[in-house]
Formats: sequence, structure tokens, C-alpha cells
Amino acid sequence: MDRHVSLAVIGAGPAGLAAAVSAHEAGIENIVIYERDEKLGGILNQCIHNGFGLHTFKEELTGPEYATRFIDKVRELGIRCETESMVVSISPQREITVVSKRYGLRVVSADAIVLAMGCRERPRGALNIPGMRPQGIYTAGAAQKLVNCEGYVPGKEVVILGSGDIGLIMARRMTLEGAHVKVVAELMPYSGGLKRNIVQCLDDYDIPLKLSHTVVDIKGKRKLEGVTIAEVGPDGAPVPGTEEYYECDTLLLSCGLIPENELSLTAGIGINRITNGPFVDDRLETDVPGIFACGNVLHVHDLVDYVSEEAGRAGRHAADYILSGGAKKNPPNIVKVTPGQGIRYTVPVTIDLGNIEEDVHVRFRVGAVYKKVTIKLMCGDKELTSKRRTIVVPSEMEDVILRKSILEEVDGDIRVEMTGGGL
Amino acid sequence: MIMNRRNYDIVIIGAGVIGCSVARALSRYDLSVLCIDRESDVCEGTSKANSAIIHAGFDAKPGSLKALLNVRGNQMMDQIAEELDVPFKRIGAMVLCFCEEDISVLKDLMDKGEKNGVEGIRLLSREEALELEPGLGDEVYAALHVPSSGIVCPFELTLAFAENAYHNGTEFSLNTEVTGIKMLPETEPHTANKPKDADEAAEDIAEARERLRSGTGYKFMIDTDNGSFVSKCVINCAGVYADKIHNMVCEPSFSIVARKGEYMLMDKSAGNTVSHTIFQTPTRMGKGVLVTPTVHGNLLVGPTAYDIDDKENVGTTRDGLGTVRAKSSMSIKDIPFNKVINSFSGLRATGSTGDFIIQEDEKVKGFIDVAGIESPGLSSAPAIGTYVADIVCRILDPAVNPYYDPTRLGIPRVAEMSVEDRRRLVGQRPDYGQIVCRCEEISEGEIQDAIRRPLGATTLDGVKRRVRAGMGRCQGGFCAPKVMDMLAHELGISYAEVKKNG
Repeated sequence: MDRHVSLAVIGAGPAGLAAAVSAHEAGIENIVIYERDEKLGGILNQCIHNGFGLHTFKEELTGPEYATRFIDKVRELGIRCETESMVVSISPQREITVVSKRYGLRVVSADAIVLAMGCRERPRGALNIPGMRPQGIYTAGAAQKLVNCEGYVPGKEVVILGSGDIGLIMARRMTLEGAHVKVVAELMPYSGGLKRNIVQCLDDYDIPLKLSHTVVDIKGKRKLEGVTIAEVGPDGAPVPGTEEYYECDTLLLSCGLIPENELSLTAGIGINRITNGPFVDDRLETDVPGIFACGNVLHVHDLVDYVSEEAGRAGRHAADYILSGGAKKNPPNIVKVTPGQGIRYTVPVTIDLGNIEEDVHVRFRVGAVYKKVTIKLMCGDKELTSKRRTIVVPSEMEDVILRKSILEEVDGDIRVEMTGGGL
Repeated sequence: MIMNRRNYDIVIIGAGVIGCSVARALSRYDLSVLCIDRESDVCEGTSKANSAIIHAGFDAKPGSLKALLNVRGNQMMDQIAEELDVPFKRIGAMVLCFCEEDISVLKDLMDKGEKNGVEGIRLLSREEALELEPGLGDEVYAALHVPSSGIVCPFELTLAFAENAYHNGTEFSLNTEVTGIKMLPETEPHTANKPKDADEAAEDIAEARERLRSGTGYKFMIDTDNGSFVSKCVINCAGVYADKIHNMVCEPSFSIVARKGEYMLMDKSAGNTVSHTIFQTPTRMGKGVLVTPTVHGNLLVGPTAYDIDDKENVGTTRDGLGTVRAKSSMSIKDIPFNKVINSFSGLRATGSTGDFIIQEDEKVKGFIDVAGIESPGLSSAPAIGTYVADIVCRILDPAVNPYYDPTRLGIPRVAEMSVEDRRRLVGQRPDYGQIVCRCEEISEGEIQDAIRRPLGATTLDGVKRRVRAGMGRCQGGFCAPKVMDMLAHELGISYAEVKKNG
């Protein structure tokens, strides 16, 4: 063992920074944040557009500005940050192996760990798009990094597959850089991104969005020459005769984000196959004691404000764990939280009713677009809380708060149900 | 590549695994050898897109070159892997049949295998097969087990041959496409470099005349888009274009068809789906769709087999990938197709004779074809190298290279090291502690090595083939900008000039 820390936070994106700040505020001093990049702030550093922080700071910030608020706080609190340091494994006993140029390879033990590694983009290979493999195909995030951080615009004639938020943002960004974005094709019959991004990034620039369309062929041996887009039927297969060829030198992909949990697997943490993130309880603790998860490594968020809020809770719970030595105040009374019809998953998957100290956020996504629905949290026949929504879409995370006072009355498993909307 | 001479004993056309294996085998001798390729890197054709299997050799027709060289190549692999620091695992293979009638096919394969000298083949019942490979499909009726089959990294094998050949004196000229081959007039001696004075000229002429008399003089002028070269022998390792190269100077005697094979590669978390290479009973078009772990721990399924006209068309197709999915699912249940991280296709150089074509041309002496190297070409590569070297020895009767060193050390695979070894290495050279490719855990130091070595990487794909940066589950989404930056910096070029391949 080279070193001992109270709390190791893995990742210095918005989740890791917020978790470290809240753990510090809860009384933990010996904290280290490990970050593989050379800078703090994570993916926010390349998100130079505005629209961040409306919930947290009640103002519209750019990504770097939003990150700076937290970075300044981390600095002010004197929290140690080790950049260009990559954690390569975690043991179930919370021993962390970390490598860096500056310190070489070290093994660090921690009383608690917060996982905040974020997510990655689904690459072309994972999409099974047929065709050639020329230069000119980028995930939207990689292109965003090239344009915004390296000052290199990868092409002039652009087609975008997938309407995830980064793809929409990049449609606008490439247009502002003088490129011609010809079309955004989306496999699903609904957009993968936020409504406001469709309006501000596509509609405002007259960029067409073709729903239920996908790329069926890619042309070009060394450099991309063009792509063929076709409509897809309800079975997901291309409809013959609907093919349209687009000449282009750049194809950007924005087809989903995947939490980066390879490190979690080294610690033996159980992973939910729906979210690709760890199973956690209401304290955001994984099934390996003392290891907590938050932000996009837990489940993909669409707003950074929700990441910061969630990470703040994870940091607090990790602090409690450290201060109590992992001991619970009361005997545990664990109940399950399960998704009902039309709902894909829930975070958390369990709640310890014996040790409720604050309100519990139940977060989830729906599997399709539903209009005029009522979302209810039920325990048996008893309705714990409910809310009406005029529309729910897969691209927007839902958040229902279970008040501490209500949870004190609960005595069984909790089910998230959705009614109306044709269900 | 700086060329300080233009005439060679031997020019090898093609720097795939065959050309590079031949180059390495020839580097044992005191010969001047030049290996040329139209691409900017070695291993840019069929060698980079195949099943990565070292076949046992039970499939080829007994008495054929394929049978001889496959079995011999397989036997050579342990030593090759050791000498050249190439990952190779002898994991064994199973050939599945799906009905009682096909048992006879398995028995035929077993017979052929025994005739070819493959050892240890056993016929297994479904139950016995399931013990070795629990994930087999419900329709599997019986299987052959072939313990000597193995898996290798085809990129690293090709690079290792090339680097070792280079180390022993072979020259490489990449970005060099052959545009024509001419026979030099037999009566005139030729040297491409102008002699410095009259005495030297006279000496050269006398020497050349002598060589011509003995049949070993400079006979070929190889014209390329990068200048012309003169040589005594030409070795044609041009893959799908071997017929075109042959016909530049010889009478047509064979043709090469590109037979496409499409594959899907899955994440390392799917690598333990099978522990053997799982074949199906072969058909006229090839060995069928296989399911195999790769030597780096991924899962590979494929290939399809269909002939195409365009020898540049390495695109995948929806139908092809669908076929791979359907056929592989017969062999193994529950293949995690949701873990596919890449799909690709390669072109087999299928010759018109049905066997490898490895011989000196009957009329054009000194012109050696190494053509029609389809499967089991990779497996046979080490043996093809020495087989061709023997042909060359009969023509040129060279002395041995006194400085020949058969060993090559690969780039350190830092992520695979023990904690203590890794700690020591990173301590010695901190760049090995800076992770650039997070998925494969590849460090800045390894990428520097990939670019700075002789025959180093000049493209993103070149880096990927050497050290696997960008080969993982994000497929370079995160590390590509950094690797582009490193390539630009190390090669002194701009961002816009950094290429993916070619």
C-alpha cells in the first residue's frame, strides 16, 4: 500500500467535483479526486455552448463556466486533485491502482469511493452500419473535441446520424464553423435529444430532421464520399426504395451514450443491463459496500444540474459511511423499487426504509413517447405520490421525489406505475 | 523512406504477412532485399482483416501445398511467437456438425487431418463436446476436437516479420505502387546507379556479364510511382493483385478472385463466450462461419464468403452481417451481439488453381509467384517464408547473413504487466504511466514507440494495429484526438494531414 485516503473520487467531471465538495462539506478532509485528463471539468470543457446551470445557479452558463464554479469550490476547500492519473482497477476491499506520469504506479486504499467516470459514445462499430470504413466518421463528441478544443473542423459537408443532444449541438456548431449540415437522421420515430436543442440547433438553421431513418451504406475507401440514408419500417429494417444518397465528407454519430463501468466491474460491482450502470440503493451505494456511484456512470443524464444534485447526495452518503465506519444506525429494512409498464428502469433499485435520513429521488426513463400520463409511486395498493405529465419522452429523465415523511409510512416494495397515454 | 540504392538482389512486391514473412526468411541470407507496398504501412490488405487463426491443417487436400505449408506453419508458430514476441495461443478448435449424416464429413476431415500430419484429432459426441464448450447450440450433433489450432494477432505477426527483416537489413519502400515490370535485355548489364569512374564501370560490367552467364544477373526493371528498381528476382506477394503483377511480365497462367468475408468483433467482456475456435463443417466456399476468442480477449464471429468484382471493396453489408449473425448463432447460443464494437470485411485472394501458387515462373526465370494465398494463408505464412527462401537459394545460392538475428522485441504491453513490473517500467519511463486509450489502457509511451520505431506508424490505424489504441469499446472516440495530436507532433505534420489509413 502506497497511501491511504478517506475518500477517493474517480473522475473530475461535474459528478466527481460535486461529490467531493459535498463530502468535504459533510466533514471529510482527506479526499483525493483522480482525473485521467490533464484538466478538471470532464466533458464540460468541450461543451462551449450555453444552457448549463439553469436549475443549479438560475442562470445560463457555458460548460466550462459551469465546471469552473465547482473547480473554484474544490480549490477553495483545498481538495487534492490528481490529474493525468488513470485508475486502472479497484478491488472489492477498496484498493485502487492508479497510474500517472508524475507519480508512476501506486496502490491507494480508501475508506470510501465515489465512482464518477461518466459515459462514452456508442461508436460506429457498435451500430452495425454497413459499408466502407473511410476517414471522416466521428462520434459527435470526438468531433466536438476536435472543433472546440483543438481548433480543427473535420469537414465541410456533414450528415449526422442520431439525434442525441451532442449530435444536435454539433449540427449547430458545424454550421457556425461554415460547414453545411445536410440532414440529421434518427432511427427512432422520436428524437433522442431535448426539445430545446431541436429548436435551437436544427430548426433555427433549417437543418432537416428525418425521423425513422438510418444510414444503410457508407461510400469511400480512404476518405468518406457519401452515405445512403433510408427510411426504416416499424421492424427497424430499411424500407426498399426509400434510399437517398448524400454526398458528404463527414458523418457524425450521436446514437447513444454508455456509462463507463469497466472499472466498476474490476471491483465486482453489479451492473444493471438496462442502464449499463451499477445497481444502487437510495444512498447511491453500489452492491459493494463503501463504493458509491453518481452522474453518467450511474445512468445517462440529460441535464448537468441533475448530475450535480445527484453527486452531491452521493458525496454526503459517502461521508456518512466514512464517519460511521460503515455502520447503519438502525437495523436495515430493504424494499425493492421496480419499474412498471412503459418504464425502463429506476435508480435506485432498493430503499433501506430502516435508515431514511432524507427525501429519496426516484429517477427513470420511459421506453417510448406517451402523452397525458399519470406517474404514480405505489406500495401495494397504496399511492405514495403521483404526478401528471402532458408528455413523457425517452430523451428526458423523470425525477419523482419520495418525501421522508411518506417513506416512514411505507412497509413494502415500491412500484413506479404509469397510466393513461394509451397504456 | 530514403532510398540510397536502386538495384537489389530481390524485390518483394507486397508487404502483407506473406511478403513480410518472405522478407524475414530471406534476411537470413546475404542478399539485398527490397520489399515494396503501395500502402503507407505494412499489413494494409488481407493481412489486416481475417480470422486471425493459426489453423491446424485438417481441411486442406492431402498432398497440396496448402496442406504441407499449413501444418508446417502451425508447427513453427511456437518458435516464431517466442522469437518475435508475438501473442499466440494454442487454444484448440472444434468443428461442429448439425446432423447424423454429417458425421461422415467430420470423419473425412479427421482422415485428411491425419494424412496431413495433424496430431490429436478426436471425434466427440454432443455430450463430450458440451463438456469442453458449454455454450454450443442446441442443434449441434457432434464435433471434432483439434488441439493444435491456435489464435494470433495478424497485425503483430506481420509487423514482427517486417521489423525483424528490417533489423536484419531488408529495406522497405512503402507508398510505392508497381506500375510495370520489364525484362532487361539479356545482353546488356544493368545497374541503376551510374558508376563513379571508368574502372568501376568496367568492373560492374564484367561482374554483371558473369552474373548473366550464370543466370543470376539483374533481369528485372520494376517501375513504380516512386521510381524504378532493378533486381535479379521478383517475388510476387501482391495478394488480390498477384495476377495483375504476374501478367506484367509473365504469360497469364492464373487469376485471382477477391472473395469477401465479413466479420463482427465484440467487446472483451464477451471474450469468454467460447474457449475454442468453433468451426462448422466446411463448404466449397470456405471454412464457414466461425466463433472464436481473439488473442487479445475479444470475441470474433464471421466470415461470410462471396466473390466480388471490385478488389478495393472492403465494405460490410447488411445481408452479410445478418448471415454472420444467423450462422454463428447455430454454433453458439446466446452470442452477445449487443456487445459488437466493430464490423469489418476482408478479401481472400482466391486463386484459380485451388491451391497456393508458389513457384518460379516456367518461362520468366527469377520471377517467383506467391499467389492465391487465401485461407490457410496466415497459418502458412511462416512456412511460406522458408519455402520461398529455398526457391531463392536454388536460384541465387546466397551466403548466409553473418549478422542475422532471429529475435525481435515488441512494444511493451504495459496493461498486461504485473503491478510490480509495471511500477518499475513507469518509474523508468514515465510516459508509460500516461494512459491515452482508456479502453485498452494504452499509454503515451507505447504510442510514441509505435510511431518512432523503424517502419513506425504514420496513421491512426497504424497506431491501432501496433498498440491497440482505438481498438477498444469506444473505437477511438476519446483517444483519437490525442493520437492525432501525437502523430502530428511526432511526424511534423498538421492535424489535417493526419490520416486514418492509407
